[in-house]
Amino acid sequence: MSELTRVEPITVDPLLREVKSKQSLYKSLLRMLVSAAVIIGLWQAVVVIFEMPSFILPSPFAVFERLIERHQVLFKHGWVTAQEIILGLLLGLSMGLLFALQMLLFKPVKRWLLPLLIASQAIPVFAIAPVLMLWLGYGIASKIVMAALIIFFPITTCCFDGLRNTPLGYLELAKTMGATKWQMLRHIQFPAALPTLASGIRVAVVIAPIGAVAGEWVGSSEGLGYLMLQANARMLIDEMFAALFILSVLSITLYFVADRCLKKLIPWEA
Amino acid sequence: MGRLIIFSVAMLMSVDKQLLSGQNNAVSIDIVDGYLRYHDSAEVTLAGLNIHIPARAWTCILGRSGCGKSSLLRYLANLLEDRVDWAGEVNTHPPCDSKDQITYMAQQDLLMPWLSALENVMLSTKFGAAHSSAKKTHLMVDKAHALLQKVGLKDKANYMPQQLSGGMRQRVALARTLLQDKPIILMDEPFSALDAVTRYRLQNLAYQLLQDKTVVLITHDPQEAIRLADQLYIMQGRPAFAESLTVPKSVTPRNFDTEFAELQQTIMGRLEQDYE
Repeated sequence: MSELTRVEPITVDPLLREVKSKQSLYKSLLRMLVSAAVIIGLWQAVVVIFEMPSFILPSPFAVFERLIERHQVLFKHGWVTAQEIILGLLLGLSMGLLFALQMLLFKPVKRWLLPLLIASQAIPVFAIAPVLMLWLGYGIASKIVMAALIIFFPITTCCFDGLRNTPLGYLELAKTMGATKWQMLRHIQFPAALPTLASGIRVAVVIAPIGAVAGEWVGSSEGLGYLMLQANARMLIDEMFAALFILSVLSITLYFVADRCLKKLIPWEA
Repeated sequence: MGRLIIFSVAMLMSVDKQLLSGQNNAVSIDIVDGYLRYHDSAEVTLAGLNIHIPARAWTCILGRSGCGKSSLLRYLANLLEDRVDWAGEVNTHPPCDSKDQITYMAQQDLLMPWLSALENVMLSTKFGAAHSSAKKTHLMVDKAHALLQKVGLKDKANYMPQQLSGGMRQRVALARTLLQDKPIILMDEPFSALDAVTRYRLQNLAYQLLQDKTVVLITHDPQEAIRLADQLYIMQGRPAFAESLTVPKSVTPRNFDTEFAELQQTIMGRLEQDYE
């Protein structure tokens, strides 16, 4: 018995892994800072060497100055866009999940819905933006729906694929344990689908801002897209770049927050 | 104090018995003239199959991969219901619905990566119609801990499967099997993916913990079959049928001796014919 109870060495020490992940976080932050510095340096070099007029390409310092000077306006519009993106993500995510579940649970629904789903991708979302403005108005609602529509397809397909491709062994094991259809879905299929769903969410977080900003371009009275159009019309190119900067910071932050959360929630993901 | 402990242990044991009453009966199975064919195949997989599986003993079924031994086991585990034609009898003694009496242990450990070792052991409590009261759940947690201790993983209860080695994972799977506490255990080569020494140790552990169970182990490894079998069958031919072999009289798990080696040689010779 003593021979049997002796334990084998653990393959991965959890503490060590945590330390490693912290180290890799610092490293990736450092890498990002370095590459940002290089890009800004190149940008400034282009401006200086080719003597770019400020209405074509402003220098990074001019953009930075504008960023400080107009930070209140930028943040106000940035907040609107952030709301559109996040609410759009939530809406698109829940719709996608619902759709995928229906297709999984009811075979006839799948036969009828799948063509609809593919057709929804054949129509460019930008093309229906004017219609959305017409129906939902120039406010935040139409942008939320735009963002939701643009992420709907990746979320639905990822979720559906994940739910459908549960390892057969898991299902059989649960079956021999007497699992009902619902218990199987809740305790086996859904958790097993999470890593696939997570990659869908990562894609969604990246493309949702496209939907929101495109919606703002078509028609709006606030948001970063609106601010960029206004700045462009008034030849305030440095303000346009400042808005663009806020937008990229927003998207990148959103991506990393989502990525961190997903890694925390789904630690078994490969 | 000591009396209190004894009292509470006695309480626990009596509740335990209530909880499991009617499930721990010994069950034997007789398969008479079994015939099995997959719906999508023209070829008959099993025909004229006669196997006696005695209660509280290990029945090992030996055969090369693809001979149909897995199909038989999966049929018994009720995993093939609408995919095959089956003819013949499966009689249990005492008569009961065999699918309620069975635990299935597969070749892979099938630990859910999102559950800790302890939660994996308790997986079966999530399923079925059994309404689990708080008291029962508490009891099951205690039982799961006790089983993890039995398989030597007491201090690994909160580890995730990714943090465990292959041998440890299969031991968690063994504990999960034991928690279900069904009289019949069907094993589909559960030790085949392990290295030789880990396999040897797990065979010993499984033998020790499954003594009051009716075990059906299918394997392609003659050594494993001879070590553990109280009843040994070899499955051969197309369609496959089973033939009983005499096992050495020594007690299982057997040590490697001359009789063991001779039997292994005979079996190897028989199995080799199958490849020609």
